[in-house]
Amino acid sequence: MTDLAQADGTHTNGASVPVPVTTRKDWSSDQEVRWCPGCGDYTILAAMQMLLPDLGVRRENTVFLSGIGCAARLPYYMNTYGMHSIHGRAPAIATGLAATRPDLDVWVITGDGDSLSIGGNHLIHALRRNVNITILLFNNQIYGLTKGQYSPTSEMAKVTKSTPFGSLEQPFNPLSLALGAEASFVARSHDMDRKHMTEMFRRAHAHKGSSFVEIYQNCNVFNDGAFEQITGKEHRSEMLIPLVHGEPIRFGAEGEHGVVRGPDGAVEVVSVADVGESALLVHDEHRENPGLAFQLSRLSRGPYEPTPIGVFRDVDRPEYGLEMTRQVDAVIERKGEGDIAALLRSGSSWTVE
Amino acid sequence: MSDTTINEHEPEVLDRVILRFAGDSGDGMQLVGDQFTTISALFGNDLATFPDFPAEIRAPAGTLAGVSAFQVQISDHDILTPGDAPNVLVAMNPAALKANVATLPPGATVIVNVDAFEERNLTKAGYDVNPLTDGSLSAYTVYEIPMTSITTEVSKDAGVKPRDAERSKNFFALGLICWLYTRPVDGTAEWIKSKYEGKFLVMEANLRALKAGYHFGETAELFASSFEVHPATLEPGEYVNITGNTATAWGLIAAAKQSGLPLFLGTYPITPASDILHELSKHKEFGVRTFQAEDEIAGIGAALGAAFGGALGVTTTSGPGADLKAEMMGLGVSLELPLLIINIQRGGPSTGLPTKTEQADLLHAMYGRHGESPLPIVAAKTPSHCFEATIEAVRLAVKYRTPVILLSDGYLANGTEPWRLPDVADLPVIDPDFASGPNHTDEDGNEVFWPYVRDETTLARPWAPPGLAGLEHRIGGLEKADGSGNVSYDGDNHERMTRLRAAKIAGIANDIPPTDVDDEDGHADVLVVGWGSTYGAIAAGVRRVRARGHKVAHAHLVHLNPFPADLGDVLGRYRRVLVPEVNMGQLSRLLRAEYLVDVVSFTQLKGIPFRAASMESAILELIRAEDGGDGRSGAVTSSVGGTPVDGTVPADGKVYP
Repeated sequence: MTDLAQADGTHTNGASVPVPVTTRKDWSSDQEVRWCPGCGDYTILAAMQMLLPDLGVRRENTVFLSGIGCAARLPYYMNTYGMHSIHGRAPAIATGLAATRPDLDVWVITGDGDSLSIGGNHLIHALRRNVNITILLFNNQIYGLTKGQYSPTSEMAKVTKSTPFGSLEQPFNPLSLALGAEASFVARSHDMDRKHMTEMFRRAHAHKGSSFVEIYQNCNVFNDGAFEQITGKEHRSEMLIPLVHGEPIRFGAEGEHGVVRGPDGAVEVVSVADVGESALLVHDEHRENPGLAFQLSRLSRGPYEPTPIGVFRDVDRPEYGLEMTRQVDAVIERKGEGDIAALLRSGSSWTVE
Repeated sequence: MSDTTINEHEPEVLDRVILRFAGDSGDGMQLVGDQFTTISALFGNDLATFPDFPAEIRAPAGTLAGVSAFQVQISDHDILTPGDAPNVLVAMNPAALKANVATLPPGATVIVNVDAFEERNLTKAGYDVNPLTDGSLSAYTVYEIPMTSITTEVSKDAGVKPRDAERSKNFFALGLICWLYTRPVDGTAEWIKSKYEGKFLVMEANLRALKAGYHFGETAELFASSFEVHPATLEPGEYVNITGNTATAWGLIAAAKQSGLPLFLGTYPITPASDILHELSKHKEFGVRTFQAEDEIAGIGAALGAAFGGALGVTTTSGPGADLKAEMMGLGVSLELPLLIINIQRGGPSTGLPTKTEQADLLHAMYGRHGESPLPIVAAKTPSHCFEATIEAVRLAVKYRTPVILLSDGYLANGTEPWRLPDVADLPVIDPDFASGPNHTDEDGNEVFWPYVRDETTLARPWAPPGLAGLEHRIGGLEKADGSGNVSYDGDNHERMTRLRAAKIAGIANDIPPTDVDDEDGHADVLVVGWGSTYGAIAAGVRRVRARGHKVAHAHLVHLNPFPADLGDVLGRYRRVLVPEVNMGQLSRLLRAEYLVDVVSFTQLKGIPFRAASMESAILELIRAEDGGDGRSGAVTSSVGGTPVDGTVPADGKVYP
């Protein structure tokens, strides 16, 4: 699918050329994938490469940016434009790219160490600004590339190479953090369900502004089975709570469990038989107030209790790059295109004969 | 106020005068200094300014820590510095007097706001006895003027509260100085009217104070005469008075225009660099995008992201921010993308002296990254030269696909000088020369794009922003295979890539002008080599030395990495080389290491620029030692004031333990 555009160095974006029909192969680079055999990253990569031909987008207008870590190698495997940058900094780099090139699809691939530890600051500010980027956080609750230290999402008391007597730290809840940072799109998926992942990626891509998707991802070498209790095939129906917009929140093989707001306002899991279907909380992605989404993000204390997946929040907010462009356009509209000679004389000038 | 321009006596004509306005941080000294500068610039004087203020916005009133000063030299001939010692000090309170009196030469004029010299302020300034009464100022001509009370009095019937009226006393001082130096105040009156439009009482109080100050000079008969400094004979052309930071901002806008690249500034506020952000954010009509990031790292990161997308990515900062940007500069070296890092140096280490000048980040710019990561360094030498230096830095960044560091400093940033405007048509054109198609044939005979195929002359790689089909490629901080750009851990490849990156930067020496040496007849024995903001002081010192009949040469480096190709030859032509720097001898070390020349380092770290007088004496010492000595002897260094272990000599001649 190489529809080489005008070779004059301008960004044509092939406006007049129809988007070529592509397959997964077209989106795969010639580089050998070097994750450990059995790593959850493989299914995420596959989901991505299989989704992209479906999105009606162009390879040349697609950019994958990453920081450092196992997840951050993903851009090398995509046959698009890409950058593997510095630990934690991808959202900052992506902000500059997205703010100047609103025509591009910018994906940020990150991990729990990359985005929640060393890059925490960049993540929250990118979300707050609502830069038009799609952030996929591969959360495996461990440092993989440095061979097994605890991460900011590792559970307390976790025994790792750097915490032989157990971690003393309260972990981050990535979704709570994102919601607290004013994120306009927040979702969760897991690496054992390609179909669900694909749907979340599609939704995140469609959202204008910053989208944040947490993916529970198994590191089979350093933290194997971290999510097994909820994502294992035999546990899913009892442990994963699918959030569907406009539908009552319920789960279980027969839909026998549900989520309600308790007397203290907090959300809690109940038996539908006990409370009746009409008492169930109806999921609303577009709720302006993020409070309920925040509560849902904390319904489970960890991947061993019933855990919601799906889109928690999807609201419209002004998109940063677009607003920046609008400001520029408005000033040009008002003042006319800048003139250097006039600029140099904009203070008080005088002439020496 | 045309009714006030006639003085009874003919003004006395001076060829130049150095004025220093000093007061509390909240007294508006920078504002009136600026106004006096503008008036003098429009009047046609040559001038140079030196704003000197504390880091605190409002340090405790009346204390030494809170003193803010603005020095300006105006002259009827071309000058190079804001002057060593003020001829006139305006002191709005005892602290302002105390902080500045030591810099005054005997015979200087001191104008004080006598209302502020009461016990409380005297105590705060650390005076046990009132200096106006104890005879300690006998070497000066002191004028005690009740600025506060007159200012308050004249606004009384305008309905301005005394406390508010009192704040206009800086305009009283300005009006008085304008009378004393025979300059019109009409321009300032107009400025006040537009600045305070809609705030009638403030406007009225300021106007009345300005007028009162002017009239006071005329009618009080305190002053024997007023003075006049005639316009300078400058090269014909159109001039503006400009600060280094404004010139830098305008240079960025011009470079963007000349390259056709959209300008993106990613930055974080920091003194003394923030004014570049402020200036650029005003000029969106040029398509400028300014981004105030969450931190210094994100500032440069966003700039690099914008560069990846085909914009002119720029970040501005000062020392503490430069530390934080190091990792992203390293990535820029690896990615080989155009990126401009502007460091407005200030006193360090750490937070150091935020508002004071220093040029101690040269070695940081040279070596402040891990691994072998060379990048070009360009340094501006005067406030207006920031414009040209900025465009040159952008030219190198774009042509060689590399981060470039532009060094300026607090003195250049805030100092001003008249600038003869260039003809816009003469500005250099910068060609981004984006990649346009495949540049390599693979094993199977397919035409492909390789991101690390280099231009044979410049060794620069292609710049291929997203958007062109067929040029999709991945780059990153991992070592890349020569040509294809794929990740490579191969040792031989790493050595080749390291040497290629170094050769690319070193090769820039062939693309920059040879060393510009000011040596009247080529017979000087001593060469002074400087860089950055020491230009004015060195050139002034050189003039003074020549006026005494000595020969001395001056070369001022704009390109610090790589050096001009002929620099080694130039250094070899002189018996002694003096290197003055506002640091501990950083350029000296580079010159010694590069050329094995035993340069004499002459250094000062006081947060202020060199004085022409200390430059003059340092040069004279070296010339005298050379005349009477045996050539390259260590005696030269010690005669300047002792030889510390590293061979550097403090400017004041004292050897600190």
